[in-house]
Amino acid sequence: MSSTHGSDVATPGDNLLEVDSLFVSFITGAGVAKVLDGVNLTIRAGEILGLVGESGCGKTTLANAILGILAANARHEMGSIRFGGEDLLAMPRSRMEDEVRGRRITFIPQDPYGSFNPLFTVGAQTLEVMKWKSPQRAPGEGRGIAGFFSRYPRARRRTDAEAIGQMLRAVQLPASAAVAGKLPHEFSGGQRQRLMIALALLPQPRLVIADEPTTALDVTIQAQILKLLKQLAKRRGISVLFTTHDLGTAYEICERITVMYAGQEVETAPVDDFFRRPHHPYTVRLLDSLPRPGRQLREVGGEIARLIDAPAGCRFHPRCARATDICRRQRPPVTSLGGGHEVRCYHPIVEAASR
Amino acid sequence: MSRTPLLEVETLSRYFPVRHMFGWQLGKLRALDGVSFAVRPGETLGIVGESGCGKSTLGKVLVGIHPTSGGRILFEGRDITARSVALRRAVAPKLQYCYQDPGNSLDPRWTVRRSLAEPLVVHTGLSAGDREARIAKILHQVGLPPTHLDLYPHELSGGQQRRVGLARILTLQPRLVVLDEPTSGLDVSVQASVLKLLRELQETFALTYLFISHDLSVVRTMCDRVAVMYAGRIVEMAPTETIFAAAKHPYTLSLLSAIPDIGGRRVTDTFALEGEPPDPMRPPSGCRFRTRCPRAAAVCASTDPPLRHVAPGQSVACVLA
Repeated sequence: MSSTHGSDVATPGDNLLEVDSLFVSFITGAGVAKVLDGVNLTIRAGEILGLVGESGCGKTTLANAILGILAANARHEMGSIRFGGEDLLAMPRSRMEDEVRGRRITFIPQDPYGSFNPLFTVGAQTLEVMKWKSPQRAPGEGRGIAGFFSRYPRARRRTDAEAIGQMLRAVQLPASAAVAGKLPHEFSGGQRQRLMIALALLPQPRLVIADEPTTALDVTIQAQILKLLKQLAKRRGISVLFTTHDLGTAYEICERITVMYAGQEVETAPVDDFFRRPHHPYTVRLLDSLPRPGRQLREVGGEIARLIDAPAGCRFHPRCARATDICRRQRPPVTSLGGGHEVRCYHPIVEAASR
Repeated sequence: MSRTPLLEVETLSRYFPVRHMFGWQLGKLRALDGVSFAVRPGETLGIVGESGCGKSTLGKVLVGIHPTSGGRILFEGRDITARSVALRRAVAPKLQYCYQDPGNSLDPRWTVRRSLAEPLVVHTGLSAGDREARIAKILHQVGLPPTHLDLYPHELSGGQQRRVGLARILTLQPRLVVLDEPTSGLDVSVQASVLKLLRELQETFALTYLFISHDLSVVRTMCDRVAVMYAGRIVEMAPTETIFAAAKHPYTLSLLSAIPDIGGRRVTDTFALEGEPPDPMRPPSGCRFRTRCPRAAAVCASTDPPLRHVAPGQSVACVLA
């Protein structure tokens, strides 16, 4: 398979996506919620990066900011999102829509049922996506009022339908003809998530953003879906931004993990190092709160930080036993601990305790 | 642990009729099909399985939300299968059900105080002052400040809503609580505090728990014994350590191999179970797991394996185990 996106061929190891001190606020009736407070994040080409954090920490806002689909009351204040060398925040909306969103960056949602129209067959909806987002479509083709009435070019439609058939086999759904004629409710949750993965991979993206794609699934189905997603992404060299609140899932699929707390990223590390030697007090407490055999359950303690009138400095300081004056005044800089392990803390936990 | 079981269930079944849109019956959905077990006072029995396996139906049949379609339920040695109004009144305060989503099971237009008082109004003859005292005490025991009595459910966080849901049940001082997925949808840190609270409450109130969950790592930390369900049946039942160390049923083994094991082998490299659970309208003949079972043989299609003892405390429903 060949891609028409010629400009963004990168060798593995290059940074595909760089989010640099991104600030996003939401204007609400209760005040200004600073949901992203200087977030930094990099995804290398072909890598699966886990973005881990509790609900309300800004994972989904970051994913939406990358896709350029923030709600109308959101404000970008500072920072940049560089994707394949271009700043997505500076990109004109029409180009973003035409070339990036749904084509070079695609999305797998948490709830696959809510993402299908219940009244149309899966086949029709897949073709509709491919009409606009197929890798065969030239940029700008069928835009504007003429495009509204334009037909799906027959030759492209045929090759796209073939690609859909191949993709349905790749995600291990039965023969395409039977699948295409069915309505979304005729599939089980696991099958719908397979369809979503197929839809996300059909445009041959460079980056897939998967927003908690397995939280609604049972463990055995979750294991099947994770296995499938990992295999397909690795085989096709696609980068994945995998957001989750489930550390176990992150361990399964990710190569590196970034932890967020209340709109700030606090620690980034390769997966094995992350679970063996966490350094940030929040990460350590989060790992301790996992139910694991032979170990006492410990709570993180305190309440998650509010985003309106958020604590100054390091946002974790009100819950942190190691906090000192400087933590309350100033956000800690990135400290590199070697081997790609980075932590934002003035007082990281450095005991070499093996976990 | 003690002698006589608090709750005994014998070949309990619950079928839901499935009807055509003009009302004639198309078939029966066997949500629960011949389940037998006993719960001892003070223990926590885990009920584990995937969605649609009948775990929640089991809990609801036990507390009388659904009638039974067959079998017997004995609570404190008394047959409570057919619940008359008088029997229901006598049993309900002692046998309580904690809903999966307390946010939706609390009345959005009632304050916490009113929600907590309602069971006392219905089931006890306490005066308003005594009710208030009992509510304040319970609220303290679930770890909420008294100021929360005047809040509405939407003003509480998910973890706090769970605490109110628990308080509401505990006001009646039950003996057995059916906990339906008590931590689903919570973040790990909140989950840890809810689990800790459940343990504390069990000690304070001498509670017996029926702990329904699909999360095996939570079940492992909370339960004394575990029953694994598949397609309306119990396929394996054993003490928790035995389930995790020496499970015998192929389904239990698949379920165990699907849990992420942080620091260990990756499930994405090793997981082998294919397919999805069968349609409960048309379960396969013989053993219901045989369509997905890696070890299925010809005998599995013809015989429906009963639950039989294979080791002390361990029963398995598999001909090959």
